[in-house]
Amino acid sequence: MQKSIKKYFALFALPTIIAFSVAFVIPFLLGVYLSFTEFTTVNDAKWVGLSNYVKAFSNQDFLNALWFTVKFTLVSVLTINVFAFSLAMLLTRGKRGTNLFRTVFFMPNLIGGIVLGYIWQLIINGVLYNFDLTLTSDPKYGFWGLVVLMNWQLIGYMMIIYVAGIQNVPKDVIEVAKIDGASKFQVLRNVTLPLVMPSITICLFLSLSNSFKLFDQNLALTAGAPAKQTAMLALDIYNTFYGKTGWEGVGQAKAVVFFVLVAMIALVQLLITRRKEVES
Amino acid sequence: MQKTNKGADALIFLILFVLAVAFISPILIVLMNSFKGKFFISDTPFLFPNSQTFSGISNYTSGIAKTDFISAFGMSLFITVFSVGVIVLFTSMTAWYITRVKTKFNQLLYYIFVFSMIVPFQMVMFTMTKTANVLNLDNPIGIIFIYLGFGSGLSVFLFSGFVKSIPIEIEEAVMIDGCNPAQSFFKVVLPILKPIAITVAILNVMWVWNDYLLPDLVIGSEYKTIPIAIQYLKGGYGSIDMGAMMAMLVLAIVPIVIFYLLCQKYIIEGVVAGAVKG
Repeated sequence: MQKSIKKYFALFALPTIIAFSVAFVIPFLLGVYLSFTEFTTVNDAKWVGLSNYVKAFSNQDFLNALWFTVKFTLVSVLTINVFAFSLAMLLTRGKRGTNLFRTVFFMPNLIGGIVLGYIWQLIINGVLYNFDLTLTSDPKYGFWGLVVLMNWQLIGYMMIIYVAGIQNVPKDVIEVAKIDGASKFQVLRNVTLPLVMPSITICLFLSLSNSFKLFDQNLALTAGAPAKQTAMLALDIYNTFYGKTGWEGVGQAKAVVFFVLVAMIALVQLLITRRKEVES
Repeated sequence: MQKTNKGADALIFLILFVLAVAFISPILIVLMNSFKGKFFISDTPFLFPNSQTFSGISNYTSGIAKTDFISAFGMSLFITVFSVGVIVLFTSMTAWYITRVKTKFNQLLYYIFVFSMIVPFQMVMFTMTKTANVLNLDNPIGIIFIYLGFGSGLSVFLFSGFVKSIPIEIEEAVMIDGCNPAQSFFKVVLPILKPIAITVAILNVMWVWNDYLLPDLVIGSEYKTIPIAIQYLKGGYGSIDMGAMMAMLVLAIVPIVIFYLLCQKYIIEGVVAGAVKG
């Protein structure tokens, strides 16, 4: 059977492979190469070794963006997952209106990042206006604005995944634990949490990579203002490419650093939480 | 026992209800402000429109004119429908092929697809845009091809996982009965793939419809999708016509909410299935 399918390579695999090469493989390899060169278009690239990377790391905007992104990611991953898990616990205990609540909590996730950014700009500015302030008066408003926005967007998504995980915990295991005299907290800590570890892995992974790679929401909410202090990594890279002529190589070097960070976080996080998963 | 349960149920319902209202309120606030004159929005965003601030649908008419919303909507619809259609069709074929034909090349290919899922867009942003320009893909048809390429990682991964769970005997039987691989894929395998195809379609619709940066960089200045049209409302020096902005936010939210309410069951199931596999 393998042999007869193999003849159909051109029909089954080739279209995807060509598109994948054009949209991803070639741009990726070219991107790695260009990060070691100075260029304005792809054709005039001149090899400069590591100097783009040196420039990237001595660039204050980049370091600010890196620190801002790390802080933002830590805070939002924590808040999103705590809220989403708590909501999922409530939803799997309550009986009335469960479906309606799920529908409502999930909805913000379908709205695009640009639209989300402008919705929250209106609301946060509306609150700050009472104190004669705006979102861009102080970077801390932009920071917390992004945290709130990200929570609003992702809590419902993560909640859905936690609900699925919690519903998979066998009822009799919890019954047995209760009969053995475990308190509610002990059941949560020693029975429910270990058994929903696969959901926790997924949710941490998704919230982490979404927060770290945030772009649209950042662009719409503050666009980095004031003075680029609320620009995250993705936005800083964008600004380097399209805002500073002659800095394309540095932009590409920043992008490679960004990619390495994302890949490392993804791997480390998966390794750590996968180890904690148990079979029920 | 019974009684305390009822009390706890009511309390949980109340908490969830309050949270749900809080969750939905940002959208309602935007809706409310879309009917106010543009100079009243920043001062009093949390007040209902009154006789002085109410402006009827003038924000909508001026917003639609300013953003050319009708054509942006058409562009978004065109790109989303065709990209997702092409992605589902071609990546399911590819996933089936590389799962069933076990060669070193196909295995390597699979790992490159998986690898592409963790690569952030900024890594290929500049080089992909240039490649698209050189190959004349910087038009609404070309971008569908780009979406197929950039979306194939996740989609091939999801389809492959599903294909592995289908017993190969079914396909063998079909081929012994005289079907060629193409016939057996389209007549037998594809219908079996339906649940995961729905998941793949949903995840890609959510991505392509809302995507801002890729279409902006590849075709943005000529053909605007809805997110691009909204972003371009913000003029130079950060000045925004708040009235038009509110109306356009409402118009951007309405189609996605309708889509959500129509296929809510599939969306929630698809998100769970996509997450558990991912």
